[in-house]
Amino acid sequence: MSDRKLRPPDRIVAATILGLIIALVGAACSGGAGGGGGNSATTVTLGSVDNPSMTDLKKLVPDFQAAHPGITVNIVTLPEDQIRQQVTQDVATQSGRFDLFTIGTYEVPLWAKLGWLQDLAPYIAKDSSYAPDDLIPGVRTALTYNNDLYAVPFYGESSMLMYRKDLLAAVGVTMPDHPTWDQVAAAAQKVNSSSVNGICLRGLPGWGEQLAPLDTVVNTFGGRWFDQNWTAQLTTPAWHDALTFYTNLLKNAGEPGAGSAGFTECLNAYNNGKVAMWYDATVAASFFTGAAATNSGYAYAPTKVKDWSGWLWAWTLAMGSASKKKDAAWTFMDWATSKAYANLVGTKLGWQRVAPGTRTSTYSIPQYQQASAGFAQVTLDSIGHADITHPTVDPVPYIGIQYVDITEFQQLGDQVSQEFAKVIAGTESVDAALQKANAMAQTAGNAYKH
Amino acid sequence: MKIAGRSILPTVAGRGGERVITAASISRREGWARRLPLLPALVYVFVMTQIPFLLTIYYSFFSWNLLKPGSFRFSGLDNYSTLLTDETVRTAVLNTVVLTVCVIGISVILGMGVAMILNSEVFGKGLMRTLMIAPFLIMPTAGALVWKHMLLNPLYGLLPYFLTPLGLGRVDWVSRFPMATVVTVEVWRWTPFMMLIILAGLQSQNPEVLEAAKVDGANALQAFRRITLPLARPFIELGALLGSLFVVQTYDSIYMLTYGGPGSDTTNIPFLLYLVAFQGYSIGKASAIGVVAVILTIIVATFALRTLFSIFQVEARR
Repeated sequence: MSDRKLRPPDRIVAATILGLIIALVGAACSGGAGGGGGNSATTVTLGSVDNPSMTDLKKLVPDFQAAHPGITVNIVTLPEDQIRQQVTQDVATQSGRFDLFTIGTYEVPLWAKLGWLQDLAPYIAKDSSYAPDDLIPGVRTALTYNNDLYAVPFYGESSMLMYRKDLLAAVGVTMPDHPTWDQVAAAAQKVNSSSVNGICLRGLPGWGEQLAPLDTVVNTFGGRWFDQNWTAQLTTPAWHDALTFYTNLLKNAGEPGAGSAGFTECLNAYNNGKVAMWYDATVAASFFTGAAATNSGYAYAPTKVKDWSGWLWAWTLAMGSASKKKDAAWTFMDWATSKAYANLVGTKLGWQRVAPGTRTSTYSIPQYQQASAGFAQVTLDSIGHADITHPTVDPVPYIGIQYVDITEFQQLGDQVSQEFAKVIAGTESVDAALQKANAMAQTAGNAYKH
Repeated sequence: MKIAGRSILPTVAGRGGERVITAASISRREGWARRLPLLPALVYVFVMTQIPFLLTIYYSFFSWNLLKPGSFRFSGLDNYSTLLTDETVRTAVLNTVVLTVCVIGISVILGMGVAMILNSEVFGKGLMRTLMIAPFLIMPTAGALVWKHMLLNPLYGLLPYFLTPLGLGRVDWVSRFPMATVVTVEVWRWTPFMMLIILAGLQSQNPEVLEAAKVDGANALQAFRRITLPLARPFIELGALLGSLFVVQTYDSIYMLTYGGPGSDTTNIPFLLYLVAFQGYSIGKASAIGVVAVILTIIVATFALRTLFSIFQVEARR
């Protein structure tokens, strides 16, 4: 080969390839650098989930600092899956990077038991105006471990059925306040057309996505994850019927692309009038716009065998036991979850922005009642009746309605919901998926057998 | 401009010549004196890359779950033995192989085609080249999101909209054909890379050889098979090798498009590692997967390099 003739282009080739490699390595290495904080007085760092209520809290921090000049609050916001990872790593290694963090009802009892959370009872006792009895009972129970509160709620939710009154009326359907799943399925079939789908249900894999509504269906169909001896129960007829019902409803009258539809996708579909009904979190109604806001009706979570099948979830503020600034941290927690905070949000940002589901007193504020007219009562009642200690028809050894409160559940739930996603996509049968899911659940349950 | 260009060229050539002469005459000591300023960088790179790797190996011999305080204990080769029996690991290895082979194969063929077009005298070549490179410059996460939401979403995506007349308007491509979707997105991303490398190869070809072939009566296909392809072959192999080293590590688009599912249909080794480490918080097992993945990559890379080397030798003998 004529080596010399190739020289100049060779250099171009080499430069091109080198450039590409540098670009690739550069892209791979360009991560974000976070952290940092002020050096004046005490800085409290809060690791927070990125949701509307927390965004509002961030906006109101100057109000807090005006009243407490000695405390600086540094809020680190990240999407749910990432904040969960970061906070878990932080508390598991007891590194104390976050003084405060937002965690859900799933984590609170688990982490309290592991000693990762600061018992808040002594702090609450110090503030006579905090009124812990005003916290909605179901939520308070969920955040209590050994009779003490280990976290305080910032936002709480249950699940309910939202429907477009106009679309259902057009096909002659009236939705009762306490519908059964059979009634919902019949209505969905009836209203389903080429332009509007009957119902939106989450199909996106994930224990916090698809599995949340599906679990409530399983519970009300009489199913449970484990029996009292921690033997997995996913091959029982109740699970079979519930999963068959859920996937058939999606197939016959659900949104297209159910396998990738989560809360956000369903919200978009409902707001755009692409679906007539939607079973999801009670907070969803706060985000309705246009016809969805004006023409929506709200019903309690549909049932089959068990009454009151709605789930219970709360985003809470908790303090790490490794925090070195506990007093300052409590001062902020106290302020952000106090009775007065709801008023502050209402007057400064608007009453529809007040985080629902935390304090009973919020529901007696006239302006809030007006702003949340349609769904306030359904929300309050649903949360009130959601009992995380008795989630199923038959007794269970675990707590949690739309989850099982064991550390293994995050992974178990994600894996199981991936199998169910295959059923929704039509690439696996209900029985095959349940067989696999049962084996996974048994592996997790074995750790608790005695 | 022209004058400036001319005046620079000889200087560059002159410098290069100087370097060749002096390079031959430097002593060992001088060599070290030259390397010494680079040493901090070398030490830094070594510390930043090798210490985490050694720690990973160390952790892989321990049973350690972050969510279970007190679970940190030496477990010997337990983590490795569970890997061998674990079905999810096997699936992940298989998925990695399928993904890599498909992506590299298809993107090499497409890249070759585009490179051939861009190498010929075609109208709007500059614009075409720029547009072709674009997918490679878009961040993988953003690219995957555009595919997932703007193109493939069954409710408002562009593709289902255009396919509606064919009765395919409401197909959920991402969950019905997950692997095909990931492969498509990755091919879209890697074709420009292959195209650039192959194009560089084609442009280094001496056009006289092709002209001579034409004079000898070879048709276009014959010229392609007998001349262009053999000459471009080392570049194709180089592209395929470099590409596969990166495609094996595909993570971003899987995270955004399918999250490894449905089931474990698109879970490859890096994604499995993520799931084990950050959803199961099993640090020991995740470390073991990481170590095995590195060993497998080294084996594959060694074989690939050896093949490449032997090809070069065959080429040289011809």
